[in-house]
Amino acid sequence: MSTPYAKLPAWADYGLIPLINLSVAFIVAGFVVMLVGENPFRAAVILVQGAFGRGTGIAFTLYYATTFIFSGLSVAVAVHCGLFNIGGEGQGYIAGLGIGVVCLAFDSILPWWLTFPLAIIAAAGMGALWALIPAYLQAKRGSHIVITTIMFNFIAASVMVYALVDILKPAGSMAPQTRNFLPGAELPKLNWIIELFGAKIRSAPLNICFLLALIMAFLVWLLIWRTKLGYEMRTYGHSPKAARYAGISETRIILIAMVISGALAGMMALNPVMGDQHNVALDFVSGAGFVGIAVALMGRSHPVGIVLAAMLFGMLYQGGAELAFEMPAISRDMIVIIQGLVILFAGALEHMFRPYIQALFASLSPTSVGIGAVKGKGA
Amino acid sequence: MDSFVAIVQVLDSTIRLSVPLLLACLAGLYSERAGIFDIGLEGKMLVGAFAGAAAASVFHSAFIGLGMAILISVAFAMVHGFASITHRGNQIVSGVAINFVAAGSTIILGQAWFQQGGRTPALQPGERFEAIVWPGADAVRGVPILGPIYSELISGHSILVYFAFAMVPFTWWVLFRTRFGLRMRAVGENPAAVDTAGISVAWLRYRALICTGVLTGVAGAYLSMVQNGGFVKDMTAGKGYIALAALIFAKWKPVNAMFACLLFGFLDALSIRLQGTPLPIVGKVPVQFMQALPYVLTVILLAGFIGKAIPPRAGGVPYVKER
Repeated sequence: MSTPYAKLPAWADYGLIPLINLSVAFIVAGFVVMLVGENPFRAAVILVQGAFGRGTGIAFTLYYATTFIFSGLSVAVAVHCGLFNIGGEGQGYIAGLGIGVVCLAFDSILPWWLTFPLAIIAAAGMGALWALIPAYLQAKRGSHIVITTIMFNFIAASVMVYALVDILKPAGSMAPQTRNFLPGAELPKLNWIIELFGAKIRSAPLNICFLLALIMAFLVWLLIWRTKLGYEMRTYGHSPKAARYAGISETRIILIAMVISGALAGMMALNPVMGDQHNVALDFVSGAGFVGIAVALMGRSHPVGIVLAAMLFGMLYQGGAELAFEMPAISRDMIVIIQGLVILFAGALEHMFRPYIQALFASLSPTSVGIGAVKGKGA
Repeated sequence: MDSFVAIVQVLDSTIRLSVPLLLACLAGLYSERAGIFDIGLEGKMLVGAFAGAAAASVFHSAFIGLGMAILISVAFAMVHGFASITHRGNQIVSGVAINFVAAGSTIILGQAWFQQGGRTPALQPGERFEAIVWPGADAVRGVPILGPIYSELISGHSILVYFAFAMVPFTWWVLFRTRFGLRMRAVGENPAAVDTAGISVAWLRYRALICTGVLTGVAGAYLSMVQNGGFVKDMTAGKGYIALAALIFAKWKPVNAMFACLLFGFLDALSIRLQGTPLPIVGKVPVQFMQALPYVLTVILLAGFIGKAIPPRAGGVPYVKER
């Protein structure tokens, strides 16, 4: 994981370069909008207005952001351990099964504040289990975790179709989904927080999961940078050899990292299932697990960055829905393109502009890039 | 005789279903042998399928469609190369990005250009690759055993099917009997050695990725111009990933790749055939189980319960020239 590049000041590394990468991604997305025959600037205005113009828009933006915080954290935890968990989608999907069973069993006898912790455990447990198998296979059998987690996404999809169509669907119903939950499994809304600021909200699904997501972001920060376990994970992520030499068990650290990652991915299902739809339906995750990859890359795997990046993607989702009304040629799938471009420019091409920025910094003040410190390496 | 006809039919659809897998698998073989992980096979196939169907229906020519499919697919492969070779980015991240851009842009552009909900117009007879009937296929149909095999299995496929199977020995020859192949394998195992010999690592890897792009383009064209007669959104449906699994299962060898793809194609054909019919002993198998079977099998295979797959040693590692 060593970078062949010299150091930049921290604010350039964590602020300027991601910003430039992001801008390039959006400029390219603008070209796609032009290719479709619409005005990209007007599209951007509609998008931002749709996301932040009214109270309802803000609430929806935060609702989407909630899911993306979970999936972004999930990817980030694995990345810190040098693992690429591409299976958040499947882990979140299968967690819906656990939530569904808990809610269907307890929604008539328990109040929501007792159902919710049980559902959190079920969601995290199912997600963790779905990540544990690929982790075990990677640690013990050496099969590549990227491929295995992709396969587990497909397996999860099949399992869920089977479970919803053949088991959980109430008799006499045509739609492949569970019955609607009773109030005992409905999470309270948080719209009143936005209404405190004087905005009016008609109906928006922003719910208590948003707070859970923020707590999780804090806990992940605590885990990665303030605990021994987090230190071990980062060590392994930086250099498996060094970790082995330091006596860190490879199997243990891979299993733990993936279980945490899977648990976070599982929790993302709480938001749509208990907070909005109040049932478990086919394909309710709808790509949120993959958005986590873009979110984690953009947030540079730091919880603060992830929360901000999740807000941005929440804005894209909500604004994108409004955009589809105004410009029928641009459907929700535009977000998939933007997501891909963000992954490309903030992830794979993250070093593209670095040499230029380094040259710029070096010409402004040579010491700031550490050129003074590196003496005569013979270039 | 009835069961024999059924077997021939299943084998025939095995061939049809394994062709896109085989093309994508060989495509992945070129890139991974050169040391570039390519998780973006899925996306390149998808843009190939879209470009092929779109160009064929606009220009009313199957071959212009095929050319366009290859062109666009190679362009996406070059983006992958630009990110992972020139800028030494993470190859898996780059592949994932390509898959998303492909999935989104095919739908958006398809809807904007053709207004059919992300589809391309249904291809007319001249715009798609037709089945080639071999001489005497109809005459020998009545001959027991050999007749159906000749007329159903061997004859009656489109040119892309024969191309796909011809690519297997060709790839073997390129890989193991040409200078380019030797260097390509070397660059996947030990790029520093290739560099020391004065050969450009980057250019070699770019050439390998061009091969990848050509083959995924053909695979996409097969999906939209032979199998389906038009582009439908997300029509690759995970085939790129299955091809990747087949590649690992085949231990990065062309002939093994063909057998792996035929196996996965056979499973697919079988699951379609067995839908809803009760099996002996186990009873009626849920269709979802049959659909998940290739993925489950892949996981089991990858776990090394059947042999051990060792990837090219320099795979996934960007090459940094020593200074």
